[in-house]
Amino acid sequence: MSTALQRPPALTTPPPARTPAARLRWTAADAWVMTKRNLAHVVRAPEEVVIYFTLPIMFVLVFGYVFGSGMALPGGGDYREFLLPGVFAMTMLYGLGATATGVAFDVDRGVVDRFRSMPMARSALVVGRSAADLVRAVLELTTLVVCGLLVGWQWRNGIGDALAAVGLILLLRLAITWIGIYLGLVVPNPDTVGVIVFPAAFPLTAPSNVFVAPELMPGWLGAVSEWNPLSSTVATTRELFGNPGFGGDSWAAQHSLLLAIGWPLVLMAIFVPLSIRQYQKLSR
Amino acid sequence: MTTNDATIVAEGLRKRYGSSYALDGLDLTVGRGVVHGLLGPNGAGKTTAVRILATLLSFDGGSARVAGHDVVTEADDVRRRIGLTGQYAAVDETLSGRQNLVMFGRLYHLSARQAKRRADDLLEQFDLTAAADRSGRTYSGGMRRRLDLAASLILAPEVLFLDEPTTGLDPRSRNDMWDAIRSLVAGGTTVLLTTQYLEEADQLAGRISVIDTGRVVAEGTADELKARIGGDRIEVVVHDVAQLGAAAAVVARVGTAEPETDADTRRVSAPVADRMAALTEVVRELQAAGVAAEDVGLRRPTLDEAFLHLTGHQAAIPEETAA
Repeated sequence: MSTALQRPPALTTPPPARTPAARLRWTAADAWVMTKRNLAHVVRAPEEVVIYFTLPIMFVLVFGYVFGSGMALPGGGDYREFLLPGVFAMTMLYGLGATATGVAFDVDRGVVDRFRSMPMARSALVVGRSAADLVRAVLELTTLVVCGLLVGWQWRNGIGDALAAVGLILLLRLAITWIGIYLGLVVPNPDTVGVIVFPAAFPLTAPSNVFVAPELMPGWLGAVSEWNPLSSTVATTRELFGNPGFGGDSWAAQHSLLLAIGWPLVLMAIFVPLSIRQYQKLSR
Repeated sequence: MTTNDATIVAEGLRKRYGSSYALDGLDLTVGRGVVHGLLGPNGAGKTTAVRILATLLSFDGGSARVAGHDVVTEADDVRRRIGLTGQYAAVDETLSGRQNLVMFGRLYHLSARQAKRRADDLLEQFDLTAAADRSGRTYSGGMRRRLDLAASLILAPEVLFLDEPTTGLDPRSRNDMWDAIRSLVAGGTTVLLTTQYLEEADQLAGRISVIDTGRVVAEGTADELKARIGGDRIEVVVHDVAQLGAAAAVVARVGTAEPETDADTRRVSAPVADRMAALTEVVRELQAAGVAAEDVGLRRPTLDEAFLHLTGHQAAIPEETAA
C-alpha cells in the first residue's frame, strides 16, 4: 500500500429511486446481484451442495433397496417408484438447513451490516436468497430425477403433468426457504442452526406418507401424517407422475391438490412477514 | 467551525437498551476532511454512535446529519456518501476479493464495466491483485481488513466510519492501515475513527472526543487533552511510605497546583512551571527535610493519563505490547 490513495474522479451512479416504479427496478436489480452472489457460492463451495445431494441419494438407496425389499404397498406397485416423489419433497425440506445456515452466516459475519450501510434495497438480501435457493432446488431435483430414472422410477402421465408436479415441489421449497430465512435471522449463530435443523427436520419426514401409508399408523399419528404439508405435496405429485400411491379416505387425502398449493401459501403468509419483521429488528 | 461546515453533526443522541443508556446525550461535530477520533473504554458507546451515524441503528432521542443528510429521514442519501469498516471484516468470505468488490460496486448501481474497473483499481491500490481471485477465506487478517476497507471506498465516500479498524491486527498491518487512512484524508475524505488505542488516536486524529458512559466527556487535540492535566509534572517516589506527607509538603511548595499522592506506589506528583528550577529545588529540599527519595523525575503527561483523568478508566493496551 505504498501508493497514495486518491479519491477517484466521481463515479456516475444513479440517484436513489423516488417513484414506486423506479424503486421496484432498483430492488429487482439488487435482488439479482444477491441471487448471483448466492449462486456464486454454489460454484465456489460445491462441497456443501454435494453434502445436500448425498443424503437424499442415500435415502433412495437405503429405503429403496434395503427396506423397500421388505415393503409391500397396500395398492400394489413398485416401492421405489412410490418412494421417489417422497424423496423429492424430503430433499426440499432439508434445504431448510442450507437456507438458515446461509442467512445466519451473513448476519454473524457482519456482511449484512455492510449491505445495510449501502443504498441497496433492504429486501434484496432475502429475496435474492430465496431466488438462489430456488435455482439450487432445481439443480438438486435434476440430480434426483436422473438418480430416480437409474433406479427405475419414471413419470407416466406425460411431460405436462410431470412439470406441474415439479412446480408443486418447488412451491414447497419456496415456502421452506422462508422458514429457513426466519430461522437464520432468529438464531444468528451458523453452528447452532445446523445443529437445530437436522434433528428438527427428520422427525417431520417420518409422520408423513413419504415412506409408509398413514393408514397403517396408529390413529392420531395417521391423522398427523395425512395433514403433514409434506404429505399433501407427495400425494399430489405421485398422482401427477402416475406413480403408485395410497389414495385414502380422509378429507386431507381427498383434497391433496388443494393442500399442496394451500400449505405453502399459508406457510409463506406466516413466515414472510415474520422474517421481514425480524430483519428490521437488526436495527434495534 | 459552524455546524454548516461540518460533515457530521450529532446532537443529544440517546440510545436506550432496557433501562440503561448506551448513548446518553452524545454531541459531536466533525469538520470536513479531517480524522476525528472517538476514544473511550469498552462499552462507552463508540460503536453504538458509529452504527447510528452509519444508519444501521435506530435511536431514542436527538438527531444526526451526515454529509448534509438526516440519518433517519434521508438514510439512502447518507448511505450513498458513507463507507463503513468495522471491527470484523464485513466481506463475503466465500467469494474472491474481486467478486466481492464487483458485487458491492453493482449494489451501488455502478454499471458492470465501471464496477469491474473500480474493483481492479482498488485491488491494485490495496496490494491485493495477486490474491484477487482467491476466496476471501484464504486471506490473512490484514488482507481481509484491507479488502473490507477497499469495499468501503468503492464510491469514494465523503465520510468514512472506521470502527476499531486495527483491532486484532499485527503491528505491520496496523501501520499499513494507518498509512491508508492518512492518504485517504489527504485525498479529502472525512474519517470518524473509533479506537481503544491511545497511540492510534494520537497518531491519526486531529481532534479527539473522549466518550464515557454514552456522552462526550472531553474534546480537543491530543495536545489539548494532555494539557488538561497540566504541562510538565514532577514526580517523587519515597523510600518509606511514612515520609510521603513530608515529600508532599516539599512538592507542594514547588508545584503550581495541589500535589497528588498515591500511597500504594509511594508516589507524589504535581505540575510545575519551570522544569529545571523545580527539579533542583525539590532535590535540595528533600535532602534538607531528611526524606529518602527512591526516584525524582520530570515528565510530560501521556494521553493515557489524560484518558484516565477524564474517564477514570485505564485505556486498553495494544496486544503486541501487552504480549
